[in-house]
Amino acid sequence: MRMRNLVASLGVAALALTAVACGKDEPAGGGGTGDSAASDTCGDLHKFTTASGVDVAGSATFTKIKSRGTPVVGVKADQPNLGYKDADGKRCGFDIEVARMVAANLGFDPDKIEYKEIPSANRETAIAGGEIDYYVGTYSITDKRKKLVSFAGPYFIAGQDLLVRKSDTSMDAGKTALKGKKVCSATGSTPIQRVKDENLTEASNISEFKTYSECVSQLLDKKVDAVTTDDAILKGYAATAPDELRVVGKPFSEEKYGIGLPLADKALRDKVNSILETSASDGTWKELYDATLGKSGSDSTPPPLEKY
Amino acid sequence: MSVVLYDVPGPRAKARNRILNAVVMVALLAVIGWVLYRLNESGQFESRRWAQFQYSSIQQQLLDGLLNTLKAAGLAAVLALLFGAVFAAARISDHWWFRAPATLVVELFRAIPLLILMFFFYYGNLQFDLGIGPFWAVVFGLTLYNGSVLAEIFRAGIAAVPKGQREAAYATGMRKNQVVRLILLPQAITSMLPAIVSQLVVLLKDTALGFIITYAELLYVAKQMGGRLQYGFPYIPTYIVVAVIYIGLCSLLSVLARWLEGRSRRRRKVTGAPPPSAAEAATSVEAPL
Amino acid sequence: MLSVLTDNWELFVDGFWTTLRLFLIAGVLSLALGTVLAAFRVSPVPALRAIGTGYVNTLRNTPLTLVFAFLVFGAPKMEISLPTFFWSAVVALTVYTSAFVCEIVRSGVNTVPPGQAEAARSVGMTFMQVLGIVVLPQAFRAIVPPLTSVMIALLKNTTIAAGFSVAEAGAIPAVMAERGENQVATLVWITVGFLILIIPLVFLQRWAERRTAVA
Repeated sequence: MRMRNLVASLGVAALALTAVACGKDEPAGGGGTGDSAASDTCGDLHKFTTASGVDVAGSATFTKIKSRGTPVVGVKADQPNLGYKDADGKRCGFDIEVARMVAANLGFDPDKIEYKEIPSANRETAIAGGEIDYYVGTYSITDKRKKLVSFAGPYFIAGQDLLVRKSDTSMDAGKTALKGKKVCSATGSTPIQRVKDENLTEASNISEFKTYSECVSQLLDKKVDAVTTDDAILKGYAATAPDELRVVGKPFSEEKYGIGLPLADKALRDKVNSILETSASDGTWKELYDATLGKSGSDSTPPPLEKY
Repeated sequence: MSVVLYDVPGPRAKARNRILNAVVMVALLAVIGWVLYRLNESGQFESRRWAQFQYSSIQQQLLDGLLNTLKAAGLAAVLALLFGAVFAAARISDHWWFRAPATLVVELFRAIPLLILMFFFYYGNLQFDLGIGPFWAVVFGLTLYNGSVLAEIFRAGIAAVPKGQREAAYATGMRKNQVVRLILLPQAITSMLPAIVSQLVVLLKDTALGFIITYAELLYVAKQMGGRLQYGFPYIPTYIVVAVIYIGLCSLLSVLARWLEGRSRRRRKVTGAPPPSAAEAATSVEAPL
Repeated sequence: MLSVLTDNWELFVDGFWTTLRLFLIAGVLSLALGTVLAAFRVSPVPALRAIGTGYVNTLRNTPLTLVFAFLVFGAPKMEISLPTFFWSAVVALTVYTSAFVCEIVRSGVNTVPPGQAEAARSVGMTFMQVLGIVVLPQAFRAIVPPLTSVMIALLKNTTIAAGFSVAEAGAIPAVMAERGENQVATLVWITVGFLILIIPLVFLQRWAERRTAVA
């Protein structure tokens, strides 16, 4: 039968492919044909000293982490310089450093954090359902979300902006120029909700994907005209492909990034807030920023906390 | 294959077919050439787009993704076969209070889109804290849907065994349980095999839905690899590799199915009494998709 | 429970309307493409048969999700792209479903007694005439029930488009999560919506099965 030949040839192809893959197998990091690959790998992370003898009285989440031994942290994996996982499987970026800082100060080895990638739309449910202990991933503090989860922070202030193809100047005016343009953002994210609420472009021009990377890919393929979200995220992409992309630079919102925690756990929120407070005063925050987002050239300072 | 449709070609038809064949071949090669040209022009064969595959950690991730796919598919296959057996048994029961609920369950789960079934477990878990992760959402979703389809395949397979078999068995004084177990099932199983295996292929493929509810299976890993701007969004290279893996796996299952089928055919020829149409009957009830 | 539906009525209506459009367009297109492929697979030209077989074996062994991903993220990279994501979804569903339609049409053709085709040829009909006038109309009976199953599967498979920027019924949960609505209630209503769409198809299938059983 003809079918058998096809299957056989497929098998051969698969074998050949594995052979190629194995043939090129090299120790981690040692591989890579060129400079482009080298620039992708995450550099050294900040060294934190793991606190000892920490106890957060009355925190159910802390007790849970304690019995497990390691915290489970929700993060993003596709945001260069913020929450990123490189080809080597290493994670780095400002959000990752903040997550590590919190873990270290809670008395857990930051190198042993179990990371979970949670899409924007599922964040509240993942925190409320206990799938993760806390979430650090460009998570804007909003009143609506405060009803579902609790927030420590903010630890960073960003603003919604536009990422466009480098040669496209038609949206330099900022959000008012979006009418008639195809806009993309992550499903269920605040930025796309703002575009809808303020009617910045027609409903049929809005695209939503699971991740910002997928939007950026569509932007480069000219399937959409702009990717909108917080400038911090966009700068990470623009810095990676400066010849093809740029950020418009007219932010039209203020996003306060907080650390998402289970709603009922006030004890843990207070503890995390005090960790953030210390990092702002002892210079750790600045060190973390300069090593990650600061590379984009823009300066920043730790924002005031909003305790509640 | 289907010589039914046309006569054995004479000299003129042969010549015509040869010409047609050549034309089609040229057209096919032209299309393949054009695709390769487009791939090359758009830089899909550039080394930076394939560079990721060199990292042992990436290879590990792909392997983990593959294992996660196989893990979910394997467990779901076992559970779905059990589910199918139980509900098929209930559906051929003589008691309506067995039959009716079983029919309802089977029909309901066949009508709900698999993704929505998985969402039920995924969001249900998050809402009610059921303590089940995305893995179980994938497994349970696959089990309920494919189990229901398998229940139908089993039922139809048993129904397709020639009536005389059943009547003869009852005539010798066997009870229903014995008739089904000793007479109908052994005959039905071989004829159902192709349908069962193609349903298992479907199950294997459907694990790929797991990426939507954050289960780190093969396609999830592939999307992550493809989504790296640093490597020029290497979606095409990654998908080609992953497609080869999926097609290879599923073809392997199909080959296994044909081998089993051939073996049982041969064996049946010795003992006689083949119910040849049963396989077709079983497949026609539920086209696997 | 009911308020989840009534408060977001427009979202549900828009979602299911898109689902229905996806289903109808992709359904018609995959019937057409599937029939053409089936003709390829039974044709006397080896190269056409090879194309048909290769297509069916590849697509049947590839997850639909991967077909979607390839069209939405892969194809534009080689500058092959469709006007909107809706049309990418239509093409993905068509390409995938037509492989199954092809197999059903082909096995349907095989159920027609050889004498029929032989008789048709003896009166001088060409291959296309034999297929179009004599074989396919008779094969139709054996084709309808399994074809309905494939169409039901297609209807359900439209939900996968939710992962690829098409706001159909499968995308409703994500929006409802953003709105902070009850997720399980949302899913129950989506299920009800699909049942309403699928039940007529199931009855059509039963009816067709009964008719073929009598014939």
